[in-house]
Amino acid sequence: MTTAPDKSPAPAAPDTSAASADALLVPVPDEDGAPFWEYAARGELRVQACTACGRLRFPPRPCCPHCRSFDSEWRRMSGRGRIWSYVRPHPPLLPAYAAQAPYNVILVELADAPHIRLAGNLVACADAPLDSVDTTRLRIGARVHVAFTETGGMTVPRWILEKP
Amino acid sequence: MAATLKDATAIVGIGQTAFAKRLPQSEKELACRAILAALADAGIDPGEVDAFSSYTMEETDEVEVAKAIGAGDVTFFSRIGYGGGGSCATVGHLAAAVATGQATVGVAWRSRKRGSGPRPWKNTAVQLPTPGQWTRPFGLLRPADEIGMLARRYMHEYGATRDHLFNVAMACRNRANENPAAMMYERPLTREMYMTSRMISDPLCLFDNCLETDGALACVIVSAERARDCRHKPVYVHSAAQGLPSQHHGMVNYWNDDPLSGPAWTAARHLWKQADFGPQDVDVAQIYDAFTPLIPLSLEGYGFCGRGEGAAFTEGGSLELGGRLPINTGGGGLSEAYVHGFNLINEGVKQLRGVSTAQVPDAATCLVTAGEGVPTSAILLRS
Ligand SMILES: [Zn+2]
Repeated sequence: MTTAPDKSPAPAAPDTSAASADALLVPVPDEDGAPFWEYAARGELRVQACTACGRLRFPPRPCCPHCRSFDSEWRRMSGRGRIWSYVRPHPPLLPAYAAQAPYNVILVELADAPHIRLAGNLVACADAPLDSVDTTRLRIGARVHVAFTETGGMTVPRWILEKP
Repeated sequence: MAATLKDATAIVGIGQTAFAKRLPQSEKELACRAILAALADAGIDPGEVDAFSSYTMEETDEVEVAKAIGAGDVTFFSRIGYGGGGSCATVGHLAAAVATGQATVGVAWRSRKRGSGPRPWKNTAVQLPTPGQWTRPFGLLRPADEIGMLARRYMHEYGATRDHLFNVAMACRNRANENPAAMMYERPLTREMYMTSRMISDPLCLFDNCLETDGALACVIVSAERARDCRHKPVYVHSAAQGLPSQHHGMVNYWNDDPLSGPAWTAARHLWKQADFGPQDVDVAQIYDAFTPLIPLSLEGYGFCGRGEGAAFTEGGSLELGGRLPINTGGGGLSEAYVHGFNLINEGVKQLRGVSTAQVPDAATCLVTAGEGVPTSAILLRS
């Protein structure tokens, strides 16, 4: 059984059809991914772990690829990691992204699970725009920690440099 | 005796339409024209076609195509997923069907209006596969963004530079400049143009990205025995493989121990295991090039060099005519046409017939690969 947060209303599926052209895309959780976003809404970064063998897995899925157990829990991460890679997208892009381009997208290697590299954005502070950190600060190996911000009714992780 | 695909079937016909940013015909008409051209090239009546294979992303289906071209009773049809990763598997599936007696005349095809049609990544409402929630909200929107991430890491780990990626773009452009059918015919590329072009997803610039093309291609596969009676010298399917590595995640292969060794490695192991020759014996290669970094990655995956050596392999004109491994001799997806890699299959056939516009002298073996970075496929052709 999957241990989900006590109050686990599946996040209201964002209405993508109504998503205005000038809004950032919001995550559209599936059944396996929903707990990640529910914990994010509480300001917690959690990753699915196998209850039987303890291994972490991402993206979340119904059973453990190592021991095939269907029992899982969501383990809290320290929220620290290092930049594994990054890109700076330029137009043509969806309008909301074009407005902030070139912005950064980074992959963060989690300190607690280096094989899990979460996609996100390096920002000056949690609610800052996607282009709020100077390009010269983008560096593979840089240490970052998680922060959370709300966008389009969903809470998503952002990343902040340990040494601003 | 164990069943084998080795040289049991051959490609005996190839056909294509014009390639352009915008063609007036529908995808269905383009498909029919390419298929009929391939059958005419083979000297086989369309009424004899009894097998079809294409991509799951192909919009024209076998029912429509079969009735339009006047095919007979069809006894085998298959679709392969993962976009350009399926290109060579269309030939592989038909080879298996013909070799095992499920069909006698197979047609593989791809018709696409990518130049004038919609950009798939703009469809945010419906195109959200499972990994979408983990990447798209953060602005990883397009394939160029997803592959750019792996490219940056590859450059960091192995000292690859933009000059290495330029070597790839340049080799493809040079071959396109020799191919009157190529979209980039008579449009030379210089290092200055490359280095000063606009970025698409830094580190990838405009010239690291494939073209946007309207066009269609097809090829015809029959048994080796039947092939000897066709109009052209048979081009045998020597080996065929698909590859979906353990714990692979598609274009966003970010969540395993080694994101930089992708499906090419898996397909290659099976491809070479079945073959009578190895990478050192390949005369010419057609390597899937939706993005320039796929070339060094594929060179490593298919065993032309060691891990991390793919970028250095491109130095000194290695990929050019007369080099160690001439690639994409029609211009590839970067400079001939981007039709999900099908033009690479047909160009492989042209090389082994000896009729390429950038002919490698006496070419007798050719590797053709499908998209790296997604569940993929590959074939070895020989004359
Ligand atoms: Zn387990």
